[in-house]
Amino acid sequence: MNAALHRIATLIRKELIAVLKDPRSRLVLFLPIFLQSLLFGYAATFDLNEVPYALLDRDRSQASRDFVARLDGTTVFNRVAILNNARDIDAAIGRKEAILVVQIPDDFERRIQSGQGATVQAITDGRNSNTAGISTAYLSAVVERFNADWSAAHGHAAVPLRVETRAWYNPNLETRWNMIPSLIAALSFLQTLMLTALSVAREREQGTFDQLLVTPLRPREIMIGKAVPPILIGLTQSTIILLVARFWFGIPFQGSLLTLYVGLLLFTTASVGVGLALSAYSATMQQAMLYTFVLLMPMMLLSGLTSAISNMPTAMQYLTLANPLRYAIEMVQRIYLEGAGFEWVYNDMWPLILIAVLTLPTASWLFRHRLV
Amino acid sequence: MTAPRHGVAIQAREVSKRFARGKTDVVTALDQVSFEAQHGSLTALVGPDGAGKTTLLRLATGLLRADAGTLTVLGLDVATHPQEIQNRISYMPQRFGLYEDLSVQENLDLYADLHGVTAQERAGRYPRLMEMTALAPFRDRLAGKLSGGMKQKLGLACTLVRSPDLLLLDEPTVGVDPLSRRELWSIVAGLVENEGLSVLVSTSYMDEAERCSHVIVLHEGRTVALGPPQDLSARARGHSFIATASMQESARSLQARLMDMPEIIDAVPHSGHVRTVMREAHAASVPDVRFDPVEPDLEDGLMMLLRAQASVPPAAAAAIELASARPTSDSEIVIEVHDVVRKFGDFTAVNRTSFDVRRGEVFGLLGPNGAGKTTTFRMLCGLLPATSGTLRVAGADLRRARAEARQNVGYVAQKFSLYGDLSIRENLEFFAGAYGLRNSRLKARIDWALDNFDLRERESAAAGLLPGGFQRRLAMAAALLHEPQIVFLDEPTSGADPLARREFWRRITALADHGTTIVVTTHFMEEAEYCDRIMIQDAGRMLAIGTPEAVRAHAAEDGAPAQTMEDAFIAIVANARRQAQDAS
Amino acid sequence: MTQPAATSRLADALSWRRLVALTRKESRQLVRDRSNLMVGLFLPLLLILIFGYGLSFDVKNAPLALVTEDTSPTAQDVLSGFYLSPYFSPVPLVSMSDALQLLRERRVDGIVYVRADFSRRLARGDATVQVLVNGVDANRARVIEAYAQGAIGSWAAKRASSGEPTLAPAITLESRQWFNEANNSRHFLVPGLIVLIMTLNGALLTSLVIAREWERGTLESLFVTPVHATEIVISKLVPYFMVGLAGLIMCLLSAKLLFFVPIRGSLLLIVFTSMLYLLVSLTTGLLISAATKNQFLASQIALIVGFLPALMLSGFIFDLRSVPAVVRGISHVLPATYYVEALQTLFLAGNVPGLLIRDCAVLAFAAAVLLVLTRVNIRKELA
Repeated sequence: MNAALHRIATLIRKELIAVLKDPRSRLVLFLPIFLQSLLFGYAATFDLNEVPYALLDRDRSQASRDFVARLDGTTVFNRVAILNNARDIDAAIGRKEAILVVQIPDDFERRIQSGQGATVQAITDGRNSNTAGISTAYLSAVVERFNADWSAAHGHAAVPLRVETRAWYNPNLETRWNMIPSLIAALSFLQTLMLTALSVAREREQGTFDQLLVTPLRPREIMIGKAVPPILIGLTQSTIILLVARFWFGIPFQGSLLTLYVGLLLFTTASVGVGLALSAYSATMQQAMLYTFVLLMPMMLLSGLTSAISNMPTAMQYLTLANPLRYAIEMVQRIYLEGAGFEWVYNDMWPLILIAVLTLPTASWLFRHRLV
Repeated sequence: MTAPRHGVAIQAREVSKRFARGKTDVVTALDQVSFEAQHGSLTALVGPDGAGKTTLLRLATGLLRADAGTLTVLGLDVATHPQEIQNRISYMPQRFGLYEDLSVQENLDLYADLHGVTAQERAGRYPRLMEMTALAPFRDRLAGKLSGGMKQKLGLACTLVRSPDLLLLDEPTVGVDPLSRRELWSIVAGLVENEGLSVLVSTSYMDEAERCSHVIVLHEGRTVALGPPQDLSARARGHSFIATASMQESARSLQARLMDMPEIIDAVPHSGHVRTVMREAHAASVPDVRFDPVEPDLEDGLMMLLRAQASVPPAAAAAIELASARPTSDSEIVIEVHDVVRKFGDFTAVNRTSFDVRRGEVFGLLGPNGAGKTTTFRMLCGLLPATSGTLRVAGADLRRARAEARQNVGYVAQKFSLYGDLSIRENLEFFAGAYGLRNSRLKARIDWALDNFDLRERESAAAGLLPGGFQRRLAMAAALLHEPQIVFLDEPTSGADPLARREFWRRITALADHGTTIVVTTHFMEEAEYCDRIMIQDAGRMLAIGTPEAVRAHAAEDGAPAQTMEDAFIAIVANARRQAQDAS
Repeated sequence: MTQPAATSRLADALSWRRLVALTRKESRQLVRDRSNLMVGLFLPLLLILIFGYGLSFDVKNAPLALVTEDTSPTAQDVLSGFYLSPYFSPVPLVSMSDALQLLRERRVDGIVYVRADFSRRLARGDATVQVLVNGVDANRARVIEAYAQGAIGSWAAKRASSGEPTLAPAITLESRQWFNEANNSRHFLVPGLIVLIMTLNGALLTSLVIAREWERGTLESLFVTPVHATEIVISKLVPYFMVGLAGLIMCLLSAKLLFFVPIRGSLLLIVFTSMLYLLVSLTTGLLISAATKNQFLASQIALIVGFLPALMLSGFIFDLRSVPAVVRGISHVLPATYYVEALQTLFLAGNVPGLLIRDCAVLAFAAAVLLVLTRVNIRKELA
């Protein structure tokens, strides 16, 4: 037992030296992760700070001017053009000058005054239906406030029926809050998987794997020795992103670090298991890399990172059950933002254990039985 | 092409080339080298590992730029006209860049197209190339699936798809068996003779250099001698002797004994005797040994020349310190191979092979490329299960990959396969740890390896960037760290220069004397003379097994009496192939 | 007449025969490795399926807890809209604590809460319906909020039309999406998918091709032939360009036949811009490969500089109007940004000359710069 531990420690040390000795690979492992978390932290947001809009005011009344003043009073809406007729709408949106056209009908003032209520039309750029939806939502918030003030000013004591909304865990509904904690799992997943996938394939290609197999190291020991370094590197990468999330973006950390790291450890182990199995199967580095990618792309896309899993067709939802990233993202979000403890996230943890328990022994079996 | 076929093909005037190693360290690969190579002849470039042979060839191709001096190829300055030169020459690098995922024919076609060979010219050329290389049956095989020797021949064929004005060959026969080597050389010699081809070839085989009209000896980036091979051989005139032991002493132990004597410059086993070069022009007096004068050859001359260099250590320096001999009887069988078969699909790589190896024996596996040597090796090391039959190594069935058995085995692969990005010390530390060495013992063994294998000076250099000689010593040191009972060495001397080969065998002899069992493959037939017993394999079958004398005698029965092991080998293999053909 | 002279010099230097031979060699190597075809053809197919059927930013059937403490018919009625809505799959509950438990366990995305005094206060003209959402996925949360408000609002409007005019709001917002009336996120995801697939070829396949030849030592023999570095570059581009085009055709066919995404612009222009971008992405890969000479580094760098930014920073998923100037600056350096813009426009808006000319010019410029850089990085010399 003791001898085995010693051999494993020797292998771990060698693996770490092999990966971290070259300054270029050190750079490639730690600098990009930092820059990416900043870059994507800023870029990966569905929130809009600025909605360039064009106005088509057919009424040109006091009431319509009041309404437009409301819009311009916000920091978000930025009037970039005033249109004279409906034909201009196409050009304004088509050329991407505006993402929203606000059209006020010519009977606007008359209908409000008469209590019938008027309709304002919002025309958005559907090339990105996401942005379109969000800008409409912002506009409807302005309309809502206008209505409340209007009825107050015109003698109605209050709105008879109010809808009061509250968002839990993310009171201002900032996308960044959900995106950046997800990156703790997603970004490190990418590189850890690639790193592991190359580790055995590289030794095979360079002939050193045979040399390893003739030493007293047992396949199980090789497996552990090959798994631990990428796990450590993956956890380091996750920590970098965690620090950026907490201290650069100032997203409050609600959970316990212990829970988070236990979860991340399970997740990294599962992804390293997947990587090692792929690596042990591949004959060359090129194959390892390309196969990894064929696996990685769907895993990233079907992880809930950019698009909710509950929106997917049932068959695809079943597919995501084999995806470690799916559990990791949900788990990290819940621990980070919702402060979930073990009792809330164990449902995300045991599948990760299962994946690791299936893939790691497969890899170790393939070491000796896959002859290339 | 109507290039001049006379005059000077390559002219070097004080050419120097330096490489930066790390941030401050600069290595001088070539130091003011001057020489001329004539048109229509063969010029050989010889010298120990790291002498600058490859650098010189690369400079001549225009792939590297000289730091100083002028290099003129085919009358053009390489520095200013690399493309013109590349249009006219052909070059075969040490590792010829065959596209392994293309077939033999596709590789040939690619190079023919690149050189603008017309369909008409091809019609004349291809059949000859196919005949010369004997690759015709394998036209559609992927290059990656060819054996090492066939790959080299294909590489040569690709460089010869047209008649170049100059042919540059960088160690074209490394790892090539004696049969293929003879074929390759007859191809080149034929072209020189019939087409007036100009060739510059680097080689570590002296018998090859001997066939050239001119030899350039490089050592540490400088030319130490140049001239016709006869002139170089003549330097050893009066110094060369054949030593014969009067007692029943093996050639190997006599060689080791002679090698350690200061009066003797060189000693190599040769057909049961030991070929010796004396420091003085008369035989030294050694008890129980008779010396007969013999005509010197190029290798004798080269050894005279190299041992005169201050930086070359005396042969005795290669002896290694070993713990006292293992207290076991010599008759103990440590490797037992019985009726082993290994198939890949319907191809039988090893067919019903049986042999035993005793403790302390040096056992040689010889055979042409693709004979099944490496497959046998991989089975013995537990890297490949046998299809049928039994293999026992150090008392354990290695097929079941028992870690305990592996503890007693050391393995040096054919290709350098330690970690290239780790330093020498890191590699040694890793393998020592992997074999379970710890603390003071680990430290002691690493010091032993660094000192005895002459690795100390570069211990923190990345292994992948070391010259081949260092890599080979490191690989052997790493395999011996745990003092294994049995060491497997797959072509350990391929590409090694004569000095390095002497060092290697000096160490092997010492190990065997201390009870370590050695199993080794080699393409240098004279090295078979170091072995206690050898086995010759071809096409997966055992053709001969026994002491070198017995094998030579065996070959004599089959026809012409074999003088050298190489002749014996070729006779045995050719005979077996003939019989196989007759049978089918 | 200097032009013809220059052309003939170039023609001298480059030979058709060599180019064809090299291209044939590259194509054979490409086809013979199964893993190449996996990435070149199978992965695009997989992505088409995932993008077409798996990804969606549209909220449908969001699980929503409906808690009514008020048993009056009015209170029941206010929630009736949720049962009919395609956006929600309601979970009726009577206790708020149960609902909160479900929210914590992520079994519902939100809660609509009607208090016990709802109908009494509605009569007074002062009623509240509370909507509580899990804000972790902010985008989804916002959409659910809006839909919930809409469902309650339309109930109010219906009630108003049946005799209580004071309930009518002064302004109702009617929204329309130009270019994507169906508000179907697939319509903007499919052009994005094409960008992704075009990027893949460069980031993965070509980033290895030169590094591999360095590692295997094949370049040394190739260099000492009449071959031109430019010929090597071109011969490595052509086969992968073809694979890229095959991917493009698969995407266009599936867009048209499977996902019914409208193609409002010219198909020819789509193909033309895609070819330009393909050239950009392939040369990026080649440049990385030529500069690193190492497969491990090349793959990592291709992933980091080639692939991820095209996914995250090109405006394909995330709108770039709201990001800090630095990040926006970076996105404007990325050719993918212009390709995304051009494709989304061509698919959904039509031929918008001003925009497209600019996008194509940027792509052509990028391709030219990258080609020159790659060419400079492949010198027939050993370092």
